[in-house]
Amino acid sequence: MEIPKTFLGYKREDGRTGTRNHVIILPVDDISNACAEAVANNIKGTIALPHSYGRLQFGADLELHFRTMIGTGKNPNVAAVIVIGIEPKWTKRIVDAIATTGKPVEGFSIEGVGDIDTIARVSKKAQEFSIWASEKQREERPISDLWISVKCGESDTTSGLASNPTVGNLMDKLEPLGIHLCFGETSELTGAETVCEKRGKTPEAQEKFRKTWSSYNDFILKEATDDLSESQPTAGNIAGGLTTIEEKAFGNFQKIGGCKFIDVLEPAEEPTKGPGLYFMDTSSAAAECVTLQAAGGFNLHLFPTGQGNIIGNPIEPVVKLTANPLTARTMSEHIDVDVSKILSREINLDEAGDELIKATIRVANGRLTCAEALGHREFVMTKLYRSA
Amino acid sequence: MAGTDIIIHDEKDNVGVVVIEKITPKQDCDCWIMENDKSVKIQSMDEIPLGHKIAMTDLNEGDTILKYGHDIGKVVKSIKKGEHVHVHNVKTKKW
Repeated sequence: MEIPKTFLGYKREDGRTGTRNHVIILPVDDISNACAEAVANNIKGTIALPHSYGRLQFGADLELHFRTMIGTGKNPNVAAVIVIGIEPKWTKRIVDAIATTGKPVEGFSIEGVGDIDTIARVSKKAQEFSIWASEKQREERPISDLWISVKCGESDTTSGLASNPTVGNLMDKLEPLGIHLCFGETSELTGAETVCEKRGKTPEAQEKFRKTWSSYNDFILKEATDDLSESQPTAGNIAGGLTTIEEKAFGNFQKIGGCKFIDVLEPAEEPTKGPGLYFMDTSSAAAECVTLQAAGGFNLHLFPTGQGNIIGNPIEPVVKLTANPLTARTMSEHIDVDVSKILSREINLDEAGDELIKATIRVANGRLTCAEALGHREFVMTKLYRSA
Repeated sequence: MAGTDIIIHDEKDNVGVVVIEKITPKQDCDCWIMENDKSVKIQSMDEIPLGHKIAMTDLNEGDTILKYGHDIGKVVKSIKKGEHVHVHNVKTKKW
Protein backbone atom coordinates (compact mmCIF):
# COMPACT_ATOMS: atom_id res chain seq x y z
CA MET A 1 0.00 0.00 0.00
CA GLU A 2 1.20 3.49 -0.76
CA ILE A 3 0.94 5.53 2.42
CA PRO A 4 -0.56 9.01 1.92
CA LYS A 5 2.00 11.79 2.30
CA THR A 6 -0.45 14.17 3.93
CA PHE A 7 -3.49 14.36 6.16
CA LEU A 8 -5.98 17.12 6.95
CA GLY A 9 -5.15 18.82 10.20
CA TYR A 10 -5.22 22.13 12.06
CA LYS A 11 -1.98 24.06 11.76
CA ARG A 12 -1.03 25.69 15.05
CA GLU A 13 0.93 28.83 15.87
CA ASP A 14 4.00 26.82 16.95
CA GLY A 15 4.12 24.79 13.71
CA ARG A 16 2.60 21.61 15.16
CA THR A 17 -0.60 20.12 13.72
CA GLY A 18 -3.77 19.11 15.54
CA THR A 19 -6.07 16.27 14.56
CA ARG A 20 -8.75 17.99 16.67
CA ASN A 21 -9.73 21.59 17.42
CA HIS A 22 -10.75 21.65 21.06
CA VAL A 23 -11.27 24.67 23.28
CA ILE A 24 -10.59 23.38 26.78
CA ILE A 25 -11.52 24.66 30.22
CA LEU A 26 -8.71 23.37 32.42
CA PRO A 27 -9.09 23.41 36.22
CA VAL A 28 -5.77 23.71 38.07
CA ASP A 29 -7.17 21.87 41.08
CA ASP A 30 -10.04 19.68 42.25
CA ILE A 31 -12.03 22.54 43.79
CA SER A 32 -12.12 24.46 40.49
CA ASN A 33 -13.90 21.61 38.69
CA ALA A 34 -17.37 23.02 39.42
CA CYS A 35 -16.52 26.35 37.78
CA ALA A 36 -14.89 24.70 34.77
CA GLU A 37 -17.87 22.40 34.21
CA ALA A 38 -20.34 25.27 34.56
CA VAL A 39 -18.49 27.28 31.91
CA ALA A 40 -18.31 24.31 29.52
CA ASN A 41 -22.03 23.83 30.04
CA ASN A 42 -22.69 27.51 29.24
CA ILE A 43 -20.50 27.83 26.17
CA LYS A 44 -20.93 25.38 23.29
CA GLY A 45 -17.81 24.15 21.59
CA THR A 46 -15.82 23.98 24.81
CA ILE A 47 -14.98 21.01 27.04
CA ALA A 48 -14.06 20.93 30.73
CA LEU A 49 -11.31 18.59 31.93
CA PRO A 50 -12.17 17.90 35.57
CA HIS A 51 -9.73 15.84 37.67
CA SER A 52 -9.07 14.97 41.30
CA TYR A 53 -5.86 16.70 42.37
CA GLY A 54 -3.80 19.90 42.44
CA ARG A 55 -3.73 20.90 46.11
CA LEU A 56 -0.87 20.47 48.61
CA GLN A 57 1.21 18.39 46.24
CA PHE A 58 4.97 18.87 46.47
CA GLY A 59 8.31 17.87 44.95
CA ALA A 60 8.36 15.58 41.92
CA ASP A 61 4.63 14.89 42.31
CA LEU A 62 3.81 18.60 42.02
CA GLU A 63 6.16 18.98 39.05
CA LEU A 64 4.35 16.10 37.32
CA HIS A 65 1.03 17.82 38.01
CA PHE A 66 2.25 21.02 36.35
CA ARG A 67 3.82 19.11 33.45
CA THR A 68 0.53 17.29 32.81
CA MET A 69 -1.55 20.50 32.99
CA ILE A 70 0.83 22.47 30.78
CA GLY A 71 1.34 19.66 28.28
CA THR A 72 -2.40 19.16 27.94
CA GLY A 73 -2.84 22.85 27.14
CA LYS A 74 0.08 22.86 24.70
CA ASN A 75 -1.16 19.78 22.79
CA PRO A 76 -1.85 20.77 19.16
CA ASN A 77 -5.30 19.15 19.34
CA VAL A 78 -6.19 22.11 21.57
CA ALA A 79 -6.96 25.42 19.78
CA ALA A 80 -7.35 27.60 22.87
CA VAL A 81 -7.27 27.21 26.64
CA ILE A 82 -8.96 28.68 29.69
CA VAL A 83 -7.22 27.88 32.98
CA ILE A 84 -9.17 28.21 36.25
CA GLY A 85 -7.55 27.77 39.65
CA ILE A 86 -8.45 28.66 43.22
CA GLU A 87 -5.49 31.04 43.52
CA PRO A 88 -3.58 33.08 40.92
CA LYS A 89 0.02 31.91 41.36
CA TRP A 90 -0.20 28.32 40.14
CA THR A 91 -2.81 29.38 37.55
CA LYS A 92 -0.38 31.93 36.10
CA ARG A 93 2.46 29.43 35.98
CA ILE A 94 0.33 27.14 33.78
CA VAL A 95 -1.00 29.98 31.59
CA ASP A 96 2.49 31.39 30.96
CA ALA A 97 3.86 28.01 29.90
CA ILE A 98 0.96 27.28 27.53
CA ALA A 99 1.30 30.79 26.06
CA THR A 100 4.77 29.92 24.70
CA THR A 101 2.97 28.01 21.90
CA GLY A 102 1.35 31.25 20.74
CA LYS A 103 -2.17 29.88 21.13
CA PRO A 104 -4.88 31.91 22.92
CA VAL A 105 -4.84 31.18 26.66
CA GLU A 106 -6.30 33.04 29.61
CA GLY A 107 -6.24 32.31 33.34
CA PHE A 108 -8.76 33.05 36.08
CA SER A 109 -8.69 32.54 39.83
CA ILE A 110 -11.66 32.09 42.11
CA GLU A 111 -10.40 33.40 45.49
CA GLY A 112 -11.90 36.77 46.39
CA VAL A 113 -14.46 36.52 43.57
CA GLY A 114 -16.47 33.33 44.14
CA ASP A 115 -17.79 30.78 41.69
CA ILE A 116 -20.72 32.75 40.22
CA ASP A 117 -18.86 35.87 39.12
CA THR A 118 -15.92 33.75 37.95
CA ILE A 119 -18.26 31.65 35.81
CA ALA A 120 -19.70 34.82 34.25
CA ARG A 121 -16.26 36.32 33.52
CA VAL A 122 -14.80 33.07 32.22
CA SER A 123 -17.87 32.35 30.07
CA LYS A 124 -17.36 35.60 28.15
CA LYS A 125 -13.77 34.70 27.34
CA ALA A 126 -14.68 31.10 26.57
CA GLN A 127 -17.35 32.26 24.12
CA GLU A 128 -14.79 34.45 22.37
CA PHE A 129 -12.33 31.51 22.12
CA SER A 130 -15.03 29.09 20.92
CA ILE A 131 -16.20 31.36 18.11
CA TRP A 132 -12.58 32.12 17.15
CA ALA A 133 -11.68 28.42 17.02
CA SER A 134 -14.78 27.58 14.98
CA GLU A 135 -13.29 29.41 12.00
CA LYS A 136 -10.14 27.28 11.96
CA GLN A 137 -10.01 25.11 8.84
CA ARG A 138 -8.30 21.79 8.26
CA GLU A 139 -5.53 21.98 5.70
CA GLU A 140 -3.15 19.52 4.08
CA ARG A 141 -0.30 18.77 6.45
CA PRO A 142 2.64 16.39 6.11
CA ILE A 143 2.05 12.89 7.48
CA SER A 144 5.13 13.44 9.69
CA ASP A 145 3.00 15.86 11.77
CA LEU A 146 1.25 12.82 13.22
CA TRP A 147 2.47 12.04 16.73
CA ILE A 148 1.11 8.59 17.57
CA SER A 149 1.04 7.06 21.06
CA VAL A 150 0.14 3.44 21.81
CA LYS A 151 -0.99 1.47 24.84
CA CYS A 152 -2.92 -1.81 25.11
CA GLY A 153 -5.48 -2.86 27.71
CA GLU A 154 -7.72 -5.70 28.84
CA SER A 155 -5.26 -7.86 26.96
CA ASP A 156 -5.75 -11.53 26.24
CA THR A 157 -3.94 -14.01 24.03
CA THR A 158 -5.40 -12.40 20.89
CA SER A 159 -3.56 -9.17 21.81
CA GLY A 160 -0.11 -10.74 21.60
CA LEU A 161 -1.11 -12.83 18.59
CA ALA A 162 -2.64 -10.20 16.39
CA SER A 163 -3.78 -6.76 17.57
CA ASN A 164 -0.45 -5.73 19.16
CA PRO A 165 1.57 -7.02 16.15
CA THR A 166 -0.80 -5.03 13.89
CA VAL A 167 0.22 -1.87 15.74
CA GLY A 168 3.85 -2.99 15.42
CA ASN A 169 3.37 -3.40 11.68
CA LEU A 170 2.01 0.16 11.49
CA MET A 171 5.01 1.46 13.44
CA ASP A 172 7.45 -0.31 11.12
CA LYS A 173 5.77 1.36 8.13
CA LEU A 174 5.30 4.84 9.60
CA GLU A 175 8.56 5.31 11.50
CA PRO A 176 10.63 5.85 8.29
CA LEU A 177 8.21 8.67 7.34
CA GLY A 178 9.39 10.85 10.23
CA ILE A 179 6.48 10.31 12.60
CA HIS A 180 6.84 10.66 16.39
CA LEU A 181 5.82 7.44 18.17
CA CYS A 182 5.47 6.64 21.88
CA PHE A 183 4.96 3.54 24.00
CA GLY A 184 4.89 3.25 27.80
CA GLU A 185 3.68 0.83 30.50
CA THR A 186 6.86 0.39 32.55
CA SER A 187 5.28 -2.27 34.79
CA GLU A 188 4.01 -4.48 31.99
CA LEU A 189 7.42 -4.76 30.34
CA THR A 190 8.64 -6.78 33.31
CA GLY A 191 10.04 -10.01 31.92
CA ALA A 192 10.95 -8.36 28.61
CA GLU A 193 12.98 -5.56 30.21
CA THR A 194 16.40 -6.72 29.06
CA VAL A 195 15.18 -7.24 25.48
CA CYS A 196 13.40 -3.88 25.61
CA GLU A 197 16.56 -2.19 26.92
CA LYS A 198 18.47 -3.45 23.87
CA ARG A 199 15.92 -1.71 21.65
CA GLY A 200 17.39 1.60 22.79
CA LYS A 201 19.04 3.20 19.78
CA THR A 202 21.95 4.63 21.77
CA PRO A 203 23.80 3.52 24.92
CA GLU A 204 22.31 6.61 26.65
CA ALA A 205 18.74 5.57 25.76
CA GLN A 206 19.47 2.01 26.96
CA GLU A 207 20.94 3.26 30.23
CA LYS A 208 17.98 5.57 30.81
CA PHE A 209 15.54 2.72 30.21
CA ARG A 210 17.47 0.43 32.60
CA LYS A 211 17.33 3.06 35.35
CA THR A 212 13.64 3.79 34.77
CA TRP A 213 12.59 0.15 34.86
CA SER A 214 14.83 -0.67 37.87
CA SER A 215 13.45 2.23 39.82
CA TYR A 216 9.91 0.97 39.15
CA ASN A 217 10.90 -2.59 40.06
CA ASP A 218 12.54 -1.44 43.32
CA PHE A 219 9.32 0.34 44.22
CA ILE A 220 7.27 -2.83 43.53
CA LEU A 221 9.65 -4.99 45.58
CA LYS A 222 9.45 -2.51 48.46
CA GLU A 223 5.64 -2.29 48.46
CA ALA A 224 4.72 -5.83 47.45
CA THR A 225 3.72 -8.32 50.11
CA ASP A 226 4.84 -11.27 47.94
CA ASP A 227 6.91 -11.75 44.78
CA LEU A 228 4.01 -10.93 42.44
CA SER A 229 3.80 -14.52 41.24
CA GLU A 230 0.19 -14.49 42.45
CA SER A 231 -0.75 -11.40 40.44
CA GLN A 232 1.46 -11.43 37.33
CA PRO A 233 0.12 -13.04 35.28
CA THR A 234 -3.35 -12.77 36.82
CA ALA A 235 -5.68 -15.74 37.30
CA GLY A 236 -7.62 -14.46 34.29
CA ASN A 237 -4.43 -14.29 32.20
CA ILE A 238 -3.62 -17.89 33.15
CA ALA A 239 -7.13 -19.11 32.31
CA GLY A 240 -6.66 -17.42 28.94
CA GLY A 241 -3.44 -19.34 28.35
CA LEU A 242 -0.73 -16.92 29.48
CA THR A 243 1.77 -18.92 31.55
CA THR A 244 4.44 -16.47 32.73
CA ILE A 245 5.01 -12.75 33.24
CA GLU A 246 7.62 -12.89 30.46
CA GLU A 247 5.03 -14.17 28.00
CA LYS A 248 2.65 -11.36 28.95
CA ALA A 249 5.39 -8.76 28.58
CA PHE A 250 6.47 -10.00 25.16
CA GLY A 251 2.82 -9.82 24.02
CA ASN A 252 2.75 -6.18 25.10
CA PHE A 253 6.12 -5.50 23.46
CA GLN A 254 4.78 -6.54 20.00
CA LYS A 255 3.31 -3.05 19.69
CA ILE A 256 6.63 -1.46 18.71
CA GLY A 257 7.34 -3.86 15.85
CA GLY A 258 11.02 -3.71 14.96
CA CYS A 259 11.48 -0.05 15.96
CA LYS A 260 14.18 1.23 18.30
CA PHE A 261 13.51 3.99 20.85
CA ILE A 262 15.64 7.10 20.71
CA ASP A 263 14.94 8.42 24.21
CA VAL A 264 13.19 7.70 27.50
CA LEU A 265 10.69 10.35 28.61
CA GLU A 266 9.55 11.27 32.10
CA PRO A 267 5.76 10.94 32.54
CA ALA A 268 4.09 13.74 30.47
CA GLU A 269 7.45 14.94 29.12
CA GLU A 270 7.51 16.31 25.58
CA PRO A 271 9.99 14.60 23.24
CA THR A 272 12.77 16.85 21.97
CA LYS A 273 15.06 14.54 20.00
CA GLY A 274 13.12 14.66 16.73
CA PRO A 275 11.04 12.03 14.94
CA GLY A 276 11.14 8.36 15.95
CA LEU A 277 10.02 6.10 18.77
CA TYR A 278 10.09 7.20 22.42
CA PHE A 279 9.50 5.23 25.61
CA MET A 280 7.57 7.12 28.30
CA ASP A 281 7.66 6.01 31.94
CA THR A 282 3.95 5.47 32.64
CA SER A 283 1.58 3.39 34.68
CA SER A 284 -0.12 0.54 32.82
CA ALA A 285 -3.54 1.86 33.84
CA ALA A 286 -5.19 2.95 30.59
CA ALA A 287 -6.54 6.41 31.41
CA GLU A 288 -3.44 7.47 33.36
CA CYS A 289 -1.16 6.35 30.56
CA VAL A 290 -3.05 8.03 27.71
CA THR A 291 -3.44 11.27 29.74
CA LEU A 292 0.37 11.37 30.18
CA GLN A 293 1.02 10.64 26.50
CA ALA A 294 -1.44 13.35 25.41
CA ALA A 295 0.35 15.77 27.76
CA GLY A 296 3.59 14.77 26.02
CA GLY A 297 2.12 16.24 22.83
CA PHE A 298 0.86 13.12 21.04
CA ASN A 299 -2.13 13.84 18.80
CA LEU A 300 -3.54 10.38 18.02
CA HIS A 301 -3.64 7.19 20.08
CA LEU A 302 -3.84 3.51 19.05
CA PHE A 303 -5.27 1.14 21.65
CA PRO A 304 -5.32 -2.63 21.01
CA THR A 305 -7.63 -4.54 23.33
CA GLY A 306 -8.51 -8.19 23.86
CA GLN A 307 -11.42 -8.43 26.28
CA GLY A 308 -12.63 -4.89 25.48
CA ASN A 309 -11.27 -1.83 27.29
CA ILE A 310 -13.54 1.17 26.57
CA ILE A 311 -11.23 4.12 27.40
CA GLY A 312 -11.21 7.50 25.63
CA ASN A 313 -9.41 10.80 26.19
CA PRO A 314 -10.80 14.35 26.03
CA ILE A 315 -8.18 15.76 23.63
CA GLU A 316 -6.38 12.82 21.99
CA PRO A 317 -8.62 10.59 19.84
CA VAL A 318 -8.25 6.92 20.87
CA VAL A 319 -8.56 4.39 18.02
CA LYS A 320 -9.41 0.92 19.33
CA LEU A 321 -8.62 -2.33 17.61
CA THR A 322 -9.21 -5.91 18.60
CA ALA A 323 -8.39 -9.34 17.22
CA ASN A 324 -10.85 -11.07 19.54
CA PRO A 325 -13.85 -11.99 17.36
CA LEU A 326 -16.15 -12.23 20.38
CA THR A 327 -15.21 -8.72 21.60
CA ALA A 328 -15.59 -7.35 18.06
CA ARG A 329 -19.12 -8.75 17.99
CA THR A 330 -20.37 -8.12 21.53
CA MET A 331 -18.74 -4.68 22.00
CA SER A 332 -18.82 -3.43 18.42
CA GLU A 333 -19.68 0.16 19.43
CA HIS A 334 -16.22 0.40 21.06
CA ILE A 335 -14.14 -1.12 18.27
CA ASP A 336 -12.87 1.08 15.43
CA VAL A 337 -10.81 -1.60 13.67
CA ASP A 338 -11.56 -5.34 13.74
CA VAL A 339 -8.47 -7.40 12.92
CA SER A 340 -9.87 -10.77 14.09
CA LYS A 341 -9.57 -12.10 10.53
CA ILE A 342 -5.82 -12.46 11.21
CA LEU A 343 -6.61 -15.41 13.48
CA SER A 344 -8.70 -17.13 10.80
CA ARG A 345 -5.95 -16.29 8.27
CA GLU A 346 -8.35 -14.39 6.04
CA ILE A 347 -5.91 -11.45 6.22
CA ASN A 348 -2.22 -11.32 7.07
CA LEU A 349 -0.37 -8.92 9.34
CA ASP A 350 0.74 -6.74 6.45
CA GLU A 351 -2.86 -6.27 5.30
CA ALA A 352 -4.03 -5.65 8.88
CA GLY A 353 -1.30 -3.02 9.30
CA ASP A 354 -2.48 -1.30 6.12
CA GLU A 355 -6.09 -1.32 7.37
CA LEU A 356 -4.96 0.27 10.62
CA ILE A 357 -2.98 2.95 8.76
CA LYS A 358 -6.07 3.80 6.68
CA ALA A 359 -8.23 4.02 9.81
CA THR A 360 -5.59 6.13 11.57
CA ILE A 361 -5.50 8.65 8.73
CA ARG A 362 -9.29 8.85 8.55
CA VAL A 363 -9.39 9.63 12.27
CA ALA A 364 -6.55 12.14 11.88
CA ASN A 365 -8.65 13.79 9.14
CA GLY A 366 -11.55 14.17 11.55
CA ARG A 367 -13.54 10.94 11.62
CA LEU A 368 -14.85 10.48 15.16
CA THR A 369 -13.55 7.45 17.03
CA CYS A 370 -16.02 5.12 18.75
CA ALA A 371 -14.87 6.48 22.13
CA GLU A 372 -15.39 10.10 21.01
CA ALA A 373 -18.88 9.36 19.71
CA LEU A 374 -19.71 7.66 23.02
CA GLY A 375 -18.40 10.63 25.02
CA HIS A 376 -15.43 8.94 26.70
CA ARG A 377 -13.24 11.73 28.13
CA GLU A 378 -11.15 10.03 30.79
CA PHE A 379 -8.65 12.59 32.07
CA VAL A 380 -6.71 11.03 34.93
CA MET A 381 -3.75 12.58 36.69
CA THR A 382 -0.88 10.31 37.74
CA LYS A 383 -0.11 10.78 41.44
CA LEU A 384 3.39 9.75 42.56
CA TYR A 385 2.79 9.84 46.34
CA ARG A 386 0.46 11.30 48.98
CA SER A 387 0.02 15.06 49.36
CA ALA A 388 1.30 17.16 52.24
CA MET B 1 -7.79 -22.52 2.45
CA ALA B 2 -7.91 -24.98 5.33
CA GLY B 3 -8.67 -23.36 8.68
CA THR B 4 -5.76 -22.58 10.97
CA ASP B 5 -5.80 -24.41 14.28
CA ILE B 6 -2.54 -23.10 15.74
CA ILE B 7 -0.56 -19.90 15.27
CA ILE B 8 3.19 -19.67 15.84
CA HIS B 9 4.65 -16.17 16.15
CA ASP B 10 8.25 -16.70 15.17
CA GLU B 11 10.08 -19.40 13.24
CA LYS B 12 12.32 -20.03 16.30
CA ASP B 13 9.39 -20.64 18.68
CA ASN B 14 9.00 -24.10 20.25
CA VAL B 15 5.35 -23.49 21.17
CA GLY B 16 2.26 -22.53 19.19
CA VAL B 17 -1.08 -21.02 20.32
CA VAL B 18 -4.44 -22.73 19.73
CA VAL B 19 -6.81 -20.36 17.91
CA ILE B 20 -9.87 -22.60 17.58
CA GLU B 21 -12.24 -23.38 20.46
CA LYS B 22 -10.19 -26.43 21.42
CA ILE B 23 -8.10 -29.17 19.88
CA THR B 24 -8.59 -32.79 20.90
CA PRO B 25 -6.04 -35.63 21.40
CA LYS B 26 -4.71 -37.18 18.16
CA GLN B 27 -6.05 -34.25 16.12
CA ASP B 28 -4.04 -33.36 13.02
CA CYS B 29 -3.60 -29.60 13.30
CA ASP B 30 -2.67 -26.99 10.73
CA CYS B 31 -0.19 -24.43 12.06
CA TRP B 32 0.66 -21.04 10.59
CA ILE B 33 3.96 -19.29 11.29
CA MET B 34 3.20 -15.56 11.27
CA GLU B 35 6.77 -14.37 10.84
CA ASN B 36 7.30 -15.99 7.43
CA ASP B 37 3.72 -16.93 6.45
CA LYS B 38 4.68 -20.63 6.27
CA SER B 39 2.51 -23.61 7.24
CA VAL B 40 3.41 -26.73 9.24
CA LYS B 41 1.41 -29.63 10.67
CA ILE B 42 1.39 -31.25 14.11
CA GLN B 43 -0.57 -34.02 15.82
CA SER B 44 -1.81 -33.08 19.29
CA MET B 45 -1.42 -35.36 22.33
CA ASP B 46 -3.79 -33.50 24.69
CA GLU B 47 -7.01 -31.55 24.68
CA ILE B 48 -5.92 -27.89 24.55
CA PRO B 49 -8.30 -24.90 24.79
CA LEU B 50 -8.31 -21.65 22.79
CA GLY B 51 -5.41 -19.33 23.62
CA HIS B 52 -3.33 -22.07 25.26
CA LYS B 53 0.01 -23.40 24.03
CA ILE B 54 1.10 -26.66 22.38
CA ALA B 55 4.70 -27.98 22.30
CA MET B 56 6.02 -28.02 18.73
CA THR B 57 8.95 -30.24 19.77
CA ASP B 58 10.05 -32.54 22.63
CA LEU B 59 11.26 -30.46 25.58
CA ASN B 60 13.35 -31.53 28.59
CA GLU B 61 13.44 -30.21 32.12
CA GLY B 62 15.50 -27.01 32.18
CA ASP B 63 14.85 -26.18 28.50
CA THR B 64 13.79 -22.65 27.60
CA ILE B 65 10.38 -21.94 26.10
CA LEU B 66 10.59 -19.61 23.11
CA LYS B 67 7.59 -17.54 22.06
CA TYR B 68 7.83 -14.36 19.98
CA GLY B 69 11.38 -15.67 19.42
CA HIS B 70 12.13 -14.89 23.09
CA ASP B 71 12.65 -16.64 26.40
CA ILE B 72 9.33 -16.75 28.26
CA GLY B 73 10.22 -19.31 30.95
CA LYS B 74 11.74 -22.70 31.77
CA VAL B 75 10.47 -26.27 31.49
CA VAL B 76 10.02 -27.81 34.97
CA LYS B 77 8.56 -31.16 33.82
CA SER B 78 9.52 -32.75 30.50
CA ILE B 79 7.05 -32.18 27.66
CA LYS B 80 6.44 -34.28 24.53
CA LYS B 81 5.75 -32.78 21.13
CA GLY B 82 2.00 -32.12 20.83
CA GLU B 83 1.40 -31.79 24.60
CA HIS B 84 -0.24 -28.89 26.44
CA VAL B 85 2.31 -26.31 27.71
CA HIS B 86 1.20 -24.27 30.71
CA VAL B 87 1.71 -23.62 34.43
CA HIS B 88 1.91 -27.38 35.20
CA ASN B 89 5.14 -27.82 33.21
CA VAL B 90 6.56 -24.30 32.70
CA LYS B 91 7.59 -21.62 35.21
CA THR B 92 8.85 -18.05 35.02
CA LYS B 93 12.59 -17.45 35.34
CA LYS B 94 11.76 -14.14 37.06
CA TRP B 95 11.11 -15.36 40.61
